[in-house]
Amino acid sequence: MIHLVSPRTLRKLGILGMNRRNVGYIGRCNDRRNYRLVDDKLLTKHAALDRGVPTPELYGVIEYQFEINDMVEELVERESFVIKPVQGSGGKGILVIVGREGQGFVKSSGVVIDADALRRHASNILAGLYSLGGRNDQAMIEALLDFDPVMAPYSHEGVPDIRVIVYRGVPVMAMIRCATHASDGKANLHQGAVGVGIDIGSGRPVAAVQQGRLVTHHPDTGALFTELKIPQWQKILELAAGCAEMCGLGYLGADIVLDRVRGPMLLELNARPGLSIQVANQEGLIGRLKKADVIADTCHTDGERIAAAMEAFSVDRMVPLAEQAAAL
Amino acid sequence: MIASKLKIGLVAAFLIIFGLGLTLYKATRLGLPLLPGESREVWTIESKISFKPASGPVEVDLKTPQALGGWVMLDEHFASSGFGFTVENEVGRREARWTRQTLEHPTTLYYKIQAYRANADNLPDYPVQLESPPRLQADQLTAMERLVELLREKSTGPETLARLLIQDLNRDEPDPDTAFLIDSYSGSTQQLMLDAMTFAGVPAHLVRGIQLEDGRRRQTLSAMLEIHDGKRWVLLDPVSGEAGLPDDFLVWQRGPGTVLRVVGARDSRLEFALVSNNLPAKAVVSMEQQSEQFALLDFSIYALPVEQQGIFKGLLLIPVATFVVVLLRLLIGVKTSGTFMPVLIALAFMQTTLWVGLAIFLVIVSVGLWIRSWLSHLNLLLVARVSAVIIVVILLMATMAVIAYKTGIDQALTVTFFPIIILSWTVERMSILWEEEGGHEVLMQGGGSLLVAVLAYLVMSIPLVAHLTFNFPELLFSLLGVVLLLGKYTGYRLSELYRFREMVKPQ
Repeated sequence: MIHLVSPRTLRKLGILGMNRRNVGYIGRCNDRRNYRLVDDKLLTKHAALDRGVPTPELYGVIEYQFEINDMVEELVERESFVIKPVQGSGGKGILVIVGREGQGFVKSSGVVIDADALRRHASNILAGLYSLGGRNDQAMIEALLDFDPVMAPYSHEGVPDIRVIVYRGVPVMAMIRCATHASDGKANLHQGAVGVGIDIGSGRPVAAVQQGRLVTHHPDTGALFTELKIPQWQKILELAAGCAEMCGLGYLGADIVLDRVRGPMLLELNARPGLSIQVANQEGLIGRLKKADVIADTCHTDGERIAAAMEAFSVDRMVPLAEQAAAL
Repeated sequence: MIASKLKIGLVAAFLIIFGLGLTLYKATRLGLPLLPGESREVWTIESKISFKPASGPVEVDLKTPQALGGWVMLDEHFASSGFGFTVENEVGRREARWTRQTLEHPTTLYYKIQAYRANADNLPDYPVQLESPPRLQADQLTAMERLVELLREKSTGPETLARLLIQDLNRDEPDPDTAFLIDSYSGSTQQLMLDAMTFAGVPAHLVRGIQLEDGRRRQTLSAMLEIHDGKRWVLLDPVSGEAGLPDDFLVWQRGPGTVLRVVGARDSRLEFALVSNNLPAKAVVSMEQQSEQFALLDFSIYALPVEQQGIFKGLLLIPVATFVVVLLRLLIGVKTSGTFMPVLIALAFMQTTLWVGLAIFLVIVSVGLWIRSWLSHLNLLLVARVSAVIIVVILLMATMAVIAYKTGIDQALTVTFFPIIILSWTVERMSILWEEEGGHEVLMQGGGSLLVAVLAYLVMSIPLVAHLTFNFPELLFSLLGVVLLLGKYTGYRLSELYRFREMVKPQ
């Protein structure tokens, strides 16, 4: 017998469903013409540069098939880099090269590939294999982040990124997605990555969830999640809140990584952020979104909004979901 | 937010009430039944006479059908734009005649009838008359003599003789005499049959009529062979040799003579469009007659030419299928590959029937995936790759059709009803999904798509649904209203009740 939750319970716990997200938040707050800025990572990058928002350094863009060979020639000079489709979605088509081994390139999983494989990957990106609706695409080549050693133990073969949901300029909920062996180095929760909910108030973990179940250690590295404390949390929130104004979307997900030297950097923006962040935080979004409405109406600067959010969404003020459910 | 919700609510309520109101009005005032219930299969047959101008005055004569074998004509309607028109009644024969002094453009004339078979009667009596023997050339004569002699030896009476003749003529490799005769009649086996029967001294004639097939367009006249076995007339199928008047055959003309005669024009053609409807016969007639009095009916599907009625019969089912997709995606949360791809698959199922359709779909997609996985090693550009998949899918369909035909599984021949381009994109998308998310996700989405397609098919094949959408198309307004409301549905999907189940459990 499949165990189901009653819709009444979900509603009382304030859990946001797909239909409500689409109609009530994305449809209402996100103007269609602003989507281009977030769906096209190159535009996002330019907008970020204009506003002085730090992003990983851009090495180059490949627009046409004939440019692939020249680009690969240049890449031979580089120790590490990332190739990604400009209009990719859901982390598809991202190739991370972490080092060199003779003429070969070492992927983050440790597999060594040759220059031909690199060319093939670039060609697939241009053909639109990874982009929305199979449109022709461009490939962009970025610097590989030298991510903060604090985060290193929490990710297996991948970059742990911080996802912050920003609603009307107010950071509402955050999590870290840690790649695992089971998720094949990808940061997708439904493929087995660990989602760690982060307290907006302090930058400390709330809960860690893998495949819907609470976990305490990273399954591959064995690192204890409770010992994680994200450095420069205030700056991360400021960066996320700033993105809302930059792209003009009322409901968005900002993906941020921590660089060892340069601090928090914007990786990409998402106009349709997923719902599993609620599972990672063991908390429903609706209650927080309602509070955020009040904050957005009363506060006028990013600073005020962030301070109010850190106060309102601090984990100390939250009743754990399981207790709420038990009380129903 | 509130205002937009209110607006949509009002619009939706108006649409729903409007659709239901019109339906109720038609059901109560005009007596159209809401349920298919007890009814007859009423056939609407539209004859289309088309011809191109030649010099001089034009005269078109069309014999009207003789309602034989228990068929009842309900209504008939002639369209004669710019032509002089008369109907001539003679004993046992009725002819419609269109005339015009000059003709400049290719023209089409229409003649529409509605008929149903009240009783499965046999054909009435017909005067027995042996035609004078056919005039044959010397070599034809010897061949005919030998053929008839051979048939006489093997047969016990006129009926078996006729059947043996039909068998002989329809053989893949007929014996030399028969082959020679068919050849000298330049393939017109019907005339050959008549001549052979006359030669053998058996009174015979052709019965022309229409093979009834719902939704069929451009049907042409076909013929059956009728012979007198000494006591009574026997009607024989000229291919299978089966005796008796089939249910799906409307007799147009019995005995010699032409159905259509066109003078003063060339390239004349007679074609029929057919639609059947399960309605009380009275309702269909009153529909036709009242259409002049009630503007509402004049504006219904029935006002269209029969050819288009047949098309709309299928088209009007599509909204129901899309509604199933909306329900399953928004309320249940089924994942499908391509939003409305399942609708197209369901439409294909309507032609192939469910199990055959499922088997064909699975075979094509799995073999397509296998070949596509090989293509992905070749590192092709996207458009070329999808084109390659399309070609492979078409080759697959051809192979399946040939194998099916050779092994006698005729159902698999319906493979051509599957939308090729959609199938190819499905293969392409599934294959990418496989590479990126693994086989599990492919099974989820593929299974979801099939589930939705099967449900849509099942809903579309409910007789009540077909009856309602065709006779009360205004119900689509109500459906539109419901879809608008669903577009504003913000509740949970069934899949989410499962997805968030662990969160609520006390840990």
